Amino acid sequence: MIMAERKPMAELEAMLEPFAKIALVGCKGCVTVCNAGGEKEVGILSSQLKLSRRQQEKPLEIVEVTLERQCDPEFIEMLDVHLDGCQAVMSMACGVGVQLCAEKLTAMPVFPSLNTTFMGLTEQPGEYAERCQGCGACKLHLTGGICPVTRCSKSLMNGPCGGSMKGVCEVRPDIPCGWQVIIDRLEELGQLDNYEKIMDVNNWSTSRDGGPRRIVREDLK
Amino acid sequence: MADFEPRIVAYCCNYCAFAAADLAGSMRLQYPTNVRIIRIPCSGRAEIKEILEAFWNGADGVLVVGCMEGDCHFIEGNFKAKRRVARARELVKEARIDPERLEFHNNAASMGPQLAQLFTEFTEKIRAIGPLNGDTNLEHVEVGA
Repeated sequence: MIMAERKPMAELEAMLEPFAKIALVGCKGCVTVCNAGGEKEVGILSSQLKLSRRQQEKPLEIVEVTLERQCDPEFIEMLDVHLDGCQAVMSMACGVGVQLCAEKLTAMPVFPSLNTTFMGLTEQPGEYAERCQGCGACKLHLTGGICPVTRCSKSLMNGPCGGSMKGVCEVRPDIPCGWQVIIDRLEELGQLDNYEKIMDVNNWSTSRDGGPRRIVREDLK
Repeated sequence: MADFEPRIVAYCCNYCAFAAADLAGSMRLQYPTNVRIIRIPCSGRAEIKEILEAFWNGADGVLVVGCMEGDCHFIEGNFKAKRRVARARELVKEARIDPERLEFHNNAASMGPQLAQLFTEFTEKIRAIGPLNGDTNLEHVEVGA
């Protein structure tokens, strides 16, 4: 799922400084699961902002709404009935949700309250790790189910590099060398012959290097 | 400031602090009437949102009181509460409120006198800090990241 973290309070307060009434809009999708922008976090941030503004004697009225998802237009449309008198919207969704809100709500500014960080998994409650970069050309069948694009700090196709020391990446000691993990896994699977094959120079045009991507499915229209 | 009567909300675990408050009553021990107890099934039930709401709704100080470490009826609820209150203190600080207004304590059901003492000391501490509304002297509170 998409992982995100709340922005520092000072940054949020600076965005909302000119306003007296806003809508704080959460999302019940990914950001609920990573405890960054769901119904609970909307309640917490709303209380914080209201308390802080009351302490500064500049009260802020907040309408709390949490949509099913913010990345689908039909849910954003449901927002309209909540926006009476609101001067701005602060979205607690990932960057996608913030952008769709901004696209649809043309009458007022939309602000992000999270820094969208990565696509990843929950290692344990409160601990999340990156696993996919959406490169658009999955190679997991060749690498024992471990992604060289994500798990190798350099996204090498034929690793490891000289910075791999005792299975640890030189970038940070808490990063296991992605290619060491791949080799260990291939060995377990008896698929080391996959490692012997030299992977071609990667075509990054399916990734971000090809510009903003788009999927069109005529059968679903 | 001398006539300021702080309002304290104490989220008390049913199995320890709430029973200890009951014991304090049975022992005819006095503790300040400033403390309003909210009984919760476990200190791990205390949500950050509810702590913030207490401040929003007029509390000058908030206590979360759970079982002694190792004695939680739900195994580790009190450890979760301790971590959560530590996080809540950061969030409270971000909201320009002195984090000293929020504390977590362990208190067994048999510790009636200690609970009465905790309530008394915390009330006096909050009385010294002053009322939350109008506490605009924020120099002691660092706001930001």
